[in-house]
Amino acid sequence: MNVSTLTTVFAQGPVEAPAIDFAAVAPILIVFGGACLGVLVEAFFPRHTRWTWQVVLALLSIGTAGLAFGLYLREFTNPTTTLADRLAVDRPALFLWGTLIALALAAVLLIADRTIEPGGSFVAQAAVRAGSVQDHALNIAPGGTGPAGMRTEIFPLTLFALGGMMVFTAANDLLTMFIALEVLSLPLYLMCGLARRRRLLSQEAAVKYFLLGAFASAFFLYGLALLYGYAGSVKLTDIATATTAGDRSDTLLFVGLGLLVVGLMFKASVGPFHAWTPDVYQGAPTPVTAFMAACTKVAAFGAIVRVFHVAFQASSWEWRGVLWAIAIASMAIGAVLGLTQTDIKRMIAYSSIAHAGFLLVGALALTEEGRSATLFYLLAYGFTTLAVFGIISLVRDADGEATHLSQWAGLAKRSPVTAWVFTFLLLALAGIPLTSGFIGKFVVFTAAVQDGMAPLVVIALLMSAVAAFFYLRVVVLMFFSDPAPDGPTVTVPGVFTTVAITLGVLVTLLLGVYPAVALDWVGPGLAFAP
Amino acid sequence: MLTVVVFLPVVAGVLLLATPRLPDAVLRWCLVAVTAVELVLVMVLWADFPGAAGYRFEARVPWMPSIGVSYHVGLDGLALPLVAMTAVLFLACAVYSLRETRRVRAYVALLLFLETTAVGLFAALDLILFFLFFDLSIVGMYFVIAGWGHRDHRRAALQFFLYTFIGSLALLLGFIGLYLAADPHTFDIADLTASRPLDGAPLAGALVLLAVTVGLAIKTPLVPFHTWLPPAHTEAPAAGSALLAGVLLKMGTYGFVRIAMPVLPAAWRQYTVVFVVVGVVSVLYGALVALAQTDFKRMIAYTSVNHMGYIALAIGTAGIIAGNDAQARQLAVTGAVTQMVSHGLITGALFLLAGVFYDRARTYDMSSYSGLAGTAPRFAGLTAVGAFASLGLPGFSGFIAEFQIFTGSLGAQPVATALAVLGILVTAALFLLALQRVFLGQQRLPAYVPTFGDLRVAEFVAVAPLLSLALLIGVLPRFLLDTIERGAGAVVELVAR
Repeated sequence: MNVSTLTTVFAQGPVEAPAIDFAAVAPILIVFGGACLGVLVEAFFPRHTRWTWQVVLALLSIGTAGLAFGLYLREFTNPTTTLADRLAVDRPALFLWGTLIALALAAVLLIADRTIEPGGSFVAQAAVRAGSVQDHALNIAPGGTGPAGMRTEIFPLTLFALGGMMVFTAANDLLTMFIALEVLSLPLYLMCGLARRRRLLSQEAAVKYFLLGAFASAFFLYGLALLYGYAGSVKLTDIATATTAGDRSDTLLFVGLGLLVVGLMFKASVGPFHAWTPDVYQGAPTPVTAFMAACTKVAAFGAIVRVFHVAFQASSWEWRGVLWAIAIASMAIGAVLGLTQTDIKRMIAYSSIAHAGFLLVGALALTEEGRSATLFYLLAYGFTTLAVFGIISLVRDADGEATHLSQWAGLAKRSPVTAWVFTFLLLALAGIPLTSGFIGKFVVFTAAVQDGMAPLVVIALLMSAVAAFFYLRVVVLMFFSDPAPDGPTVTVPGVFTTVAITLGVLVTLLLGVYPAVALDWVGPGLAFAP
Repeated sequence: MLTVVVFLPVVAGVLLLATPRLPDAVLRWCLVAVTAVELVLVMVLWADFPGAAGYRFEARVPWMPSIGVSYHVGLDGLALPLVAMTAVLFLACAVYSLRETRRVRAYVALLLFLETTAVGLFAALDLILFFLFFDLSIVGMYFVIAGWGHRDHRRAALQFFLYTFIGSLALLLGFIGLYLAADPHTFDIADLTASRPLDGAPLAGALVLLAVTVGLAIKTPLVPFHTWLPPAHTEAPAAGSALLAGVLLKMGTYGFVRIAMPVLPAAWRQYTVVFVVVGVVSVLYGALVALAQTDFKRMIAYTSVNHMGYIALAIGTAGIIAGNDAQARQLAVTGAVTQMVSHGLITGALFLLAGVFYDRARTYDMSSYSGLAGTAPRFAGLTAVGAFASLGLPGFSGFIAEFQIFTGSLGAQPVATALAVLGILVTAALFLLALQRVFLGQQRLPAYVPTFGDLRVAEFVAVAPLLSLALLIGVLPRFLLDTIERGAGAVVELVAR
């Protein structure tokens, strides 16, 4: 490097701070601010008061973020960008922010519950080796005061992940997207390993998720680099411009896109990049699984839709075929392997893989209808799956949650309300009318047929019939099998969990009976920021 | 008004479900009361039904405006008789179920839920509303079979659910195709009927018709989509199989005359011969397989396939325009709808009677019985009446229906009609054989059954009115035909456009 370039590098004028639309990004700032405060609480407050502080802080942060979001929404008119074009503030992003905030609120309620599992679902000291004497001691009441309290770092971690997800769905360039991806992933890796019961399984899940997630991030980063080489910019709109010009290396474009897609699909647990999903869903503490299953899916598909629609719409002719195959693979893997599962958390994990396939069908419909259908599906699926995991956390025996399917036999006789609510949620996952699941599938498939993907929709319909089989199997088991004599009991949930489950069920019902409330919101005019 | 009729049962069901500490007997009588009120309301509707064609009691409220879905209901000459038949059959099943003792609360709620789905489907004038009731009826019936059936009922219920659920998804695909073809996009049946969006697109029209046909044919069921039916019918509780055969099967055939024929007339005319062939095959195959059955309930189940075949034959010939005058076509469609009503009453009654076998001796195997007429004369008498009505003896509704179907079809499809008439011969044979084997001769029962009791009051009161109504329609059919003909005339005109 010669001297003159060095001079130009170092002798730049004063750096102009980019203009920030504080009203727009306030929800994100509040969430991250709450997370930082949470870390301070962890450092400076005595152990026995931390849980209260953390819960109040977390709920307050999310609530305030929701308030700031609502205030901004009322004044929102045109899609725009802020922070030097790094963040897009448009209707899709705002819709996903709203969805994420609401889902995270419910998830935090599940995480905060200490009535179902005395002391909370999380380990008191994560560093203690699983199965060791110290580990057992944590679960034995010292002096009759109940088991040791849980690790409260879980709350700031959740907030960090939530903030990352919100940035992820609004990121207007790939580099911001990558950073958001890491910000949302790293807390999740940790949270998976914090289960109070079945420590080994939980730690195994965390390690698996971390290793595979790190690989996926690397894929994403490499794809990003290649795309930068292709377009000379990481901005989504610049990449879109470059693809329309079409005078650059297609190799860079498609290899880059392929790698990028691998990273995104991994996060969204789309088959065949799903290998981590069953293990992690099973091993992670159930409230964390609920948070992951609902919010990560929303965030990942939000980003997928943005990347496809903004950056790669013009080149869709070349890559859509490959993604057809991925969508088919995901639906088939989820539906068929779901049939063979004997653990309910794994079964729901495979169901989420099948649903990821359906969502991908919607995301591949590169029209405004496809966009709004996918967003609606995300909203519907998020709340349903959150409530599903809420219910799963209630069915317990002496060893913690009773997740083996055979233990669910005859549940309707022990607790009819739980069984009926769970049946309703399973029917929603299967896509029976009067549930949000049906409307979601319906709008997604309509949009897909409209965009010329009728064959894919036929396969999707077949797969949803196959998937219906395993949901129904659980219903049969709960209602028409005799309960085992030493079977699990249904814990009466505390206020927090009750609120979270009720919220999920109500949204599932409301969106099924009167979906116009959300459909109008994701309806026409769902433009991305320029 | 119509909305009240549609939702009265389910609202009552939810209230009963929510009211704590009701004794079972009260719940059972509540079921009877609600279904009776429902029937009265339907009679009021019928009395108010005018002489003109077109929809009555229409209500239309936007539901999901952004995707062109509205809550749109209304009745015409095709729908009203089926709604009435549904109300009658549900009342009969409610009376029959007065002896039900297992999980009565859930049973009552489910039956009322099913009644809403059935009435709602026949009244629906929006494809999504139609689909919604179609799918929910599957869910409801699944629970009835799985929860109150016997022997291998869980497997049968699952098979029923998956099979018909796949059918409903095919139906949904067809509906989406119609929606996208219409301009502006809409799911409204009346609007789609007026605009016929796919008449100018032969390939798309054919594909959509294929999807819709597969969905409806599974539900109907027509050969080769009938394999779910025998196990589901056989393992369901008596009232469940009566409703499944009497009401739920009609959802398929009704879908043809309500949606496939008026909305896709060009495609229907082009492929109408498929329905003729499938109809004849169903008629003969259903009859012959029924002849080979030793299980009484399975036998009746297969006669359903046979009877639905006549309907397919009739609506198939109604699509043949060339060399087939409008009067003959109208006769065929009228016969088809009359057959739907008639089959609902008669087969409903027969399935309720079949339930008596299981109630008394835990088996439907006809070879286990002989000479039942000696100790159970009323049972034998009603079963004989039901059997004769089912095989199409003049004086019963089945004759009116089949006679019109054959007369309407003969001109356009002489060979097919002649073959189909053979079906009557086979059904006659199988019913007479069954009657002879089970009811006549020296009395013989399964060893573990001391005596075979005659019909109890609830059973008699449930079955006798159904057969009386079949007889009434057979002798004085005008009150029914007047209504149906108006609807049938409209369909025939719509297909010929």
